[in-house]
Amino acid sequence: MLTFIVRRLIMTIAILFIVSLIVFTIMHLLPGDPVAIMLGDQASVEEIERLRTELGLDKPLPVQYANWLLDVLHGDLGRSISYNEDVGQLVRDRLPITFHIGLSAFLLAIVIGIPAGIIAAVKRGGWLDSLITVTANLGMAVPVFWLGILGVYLFSLKLGWLPVQGYTSPFEDLRQSLRQTVMPVVLLSLGSLATLARQTRSSMLEVIRQDYIRTARAKGVKENRVIMRHALRNALIPIITILGMGLASLVGGSVFIEQVFNIPGMGRLMVQSIFGKDYVVVQSVVLIVASVVALGNLAVDVAYGLIDPRIRLGK
Amino acid sequence: MTTSTAADTASMYELPPQTSGFRRFLRVFLARKIVVAGLGVLCLIVLMAIFAPLLAPHDPYAQNLSMSLKQPSSEYWLGTDMLGRDVLSRMIYGSRVSLIVGLVAVLIAGAIGMTIGLLSGFFGGWVDTVLMRVMDAMIAIPMIVLAMALGAILGGGIVNVIVALGIAIVPAYARLMRGQVLSVKQSDYVMAGVVTGVSHLRNMLVHVLPNCLSPLIVLLTMNLGMAILAEAGLSFLGLGIAPPGASWGSMVNDGYRYLLSNPVLSLAPGVAILIVVLAFNVVGDALRDALDPRLRGME
Repeated sequence: MLTFIVRRLIMTIAILFIVSLIVFTIMHLLPGDPVAIMLGDQASVEEIERLRTELGLDKPLPVQYANWLLDVLHGDLGRSISYNEDVGQLVRDRLPITFHIGLSAFLLAIVIGIPAGIIAAVKRGGWLDSLITVTANLGMAVPVFWLGILGVYLFSLKLGWLPVQGYTSPFEDLRQSLRQTVMPVVLLSLGSLATLARQTRSSMLEVIRQDYIRTARAKGVKENRVIMRHALRNALIPIITILGMGLASLVGGSVFIEQVFNIPGMGRLMVQSIFGKDYVVVQSVVLIVASVVALGNLAVDVAYGLIDPRIRLGK
Repeated sequence: MTTSTAADTASMYELPPQTSGFRRFLRVFLARKIVVAGLGVLCLIVLMAIFAPLLAPHDPYAQNLSMSLKQPSSEYWLGTDMLGRDVLSRMIYGSRVSLIVGLVAVLIAGAIGMTIGLLSGFFGGWVDTVLMRVMDAMIAIPMIVLAMALGAILGGGIVNVIVALGIAIVPAYARLMRGQVLSVKQSDYVMAGVVTGVSHLRNMLVHVLPNCLSPLIVLLTMNLGMAILAEAGLSFLGLGIAPPGASWGSMVNDGYRYLLSNPVLSLAPGVAILIVVLAFNVVGDALRDALDPRLRGME
């Protein structure tokens, strides 16, 4: 198992290295001069050149990349022009907020999505199956930002049950934090929840048809035990794959949720930095978000290995 | 006696009438009523996009501040926005943006992804390692975040949104294509091509590629809804279609400020996005079941 984990870890480091290359390429090689964009149309050539030198953008690209990577590895993400603050500090302030909302949504998606998928599979063809399938299809098609607006309209403006927007840390005021985050968390979880319910259903249906399930039933094993012990364990692999993919879509969804509910997380930081033409921040946010997703996928890979010995012993 | 037994036996083992592949495909594809409804919705949307100038009751770009934020009426079925523009006309024109961005972005992603997957799977070795690690790295960056970063550098506008989304979706096609190529490559007819000295290019394009296409067509259809959703998201954030262009996503955002007084401004374009994406997802699912049962259940 240790060899398996070490191998996956090395792979993750390689992927993160390539992510850094991609991010650097996007910011430096695509058409458009970030410095000219940052300073706007009114900037003189001298000003542009001065900022270019300040940011080290006058050096050859490989040197720029090496310098940037070394700085990042030393925890120096650069300085934000629009916030006039260390990017590292900006990230330290905002990452826990995105984690709070994102992880809560992730857990909610698992706690509801997997049981919903199991119920739909066990009650195949019944009204519960239809209800879950239709809801899951809707959940996958609905734009999360629109759902957020719908939620604000209904639960905040019309019914007055929940605050319109804002964020309070649970360590500061738990009650207020719960009131403010319940809607963002539920709405953010919907897409992953729907995907998870659909995948669990189809994965369970696939497994339930197998001979060993029939054998277990023929032996008189209780239905609950057949489903939970024999079927679910074997249906878990594709479900875990979806969990890994869901992590990335949750991070993507949080951009919209943070925007609608005015939550000062990483997504909102990125949107504001794009509008503020603060490319040092944009670059760092993309890199950090990708690192979080890659590490999440590493955790998923390790979970694979724990559940299925064939994977950890395979190549 | 013997003859009648033979006839009985023949009728007993009579094979069902043969159906053509296309008929079988149609039977599975159109088996559920919701798929027919989804296809109907998509046809209507396509017609709406094509005939937008004939269908729109007003000029979608004409501003009239004296008519701003009017409630739905017989003249303005869905009311007017803050600049006095007819919401229904803007929604009809918005269908063009959604369909064009969705379709072209997915086709670009499909073309690039298929090429990468084909090269990766066919040649293997270091080509495969390099290309697939790059794809793995791209997958680690959430699609919308990657599209936002690309959009930030490229700028707004329909072409840049298409390019940004197209690039962001590439890895899904590359990985699927690679998997297909690895499986098809082992077939006897491809091996025969190698043995008889057929060039790599010919083998790839003539023997391998056509046999890998059906799951890719399924993925293309299924991704259309996702691309439309992503375009709406980018436009909602203000990073997509630039004003005064009519995009459903930017219309949702524009109406957000008037949610209490005029909720239809935000809610109507959202419903349009939901319906179109749902229709594409339903049709995509049915296409998957009809074309490639092996992919059933995969997301």
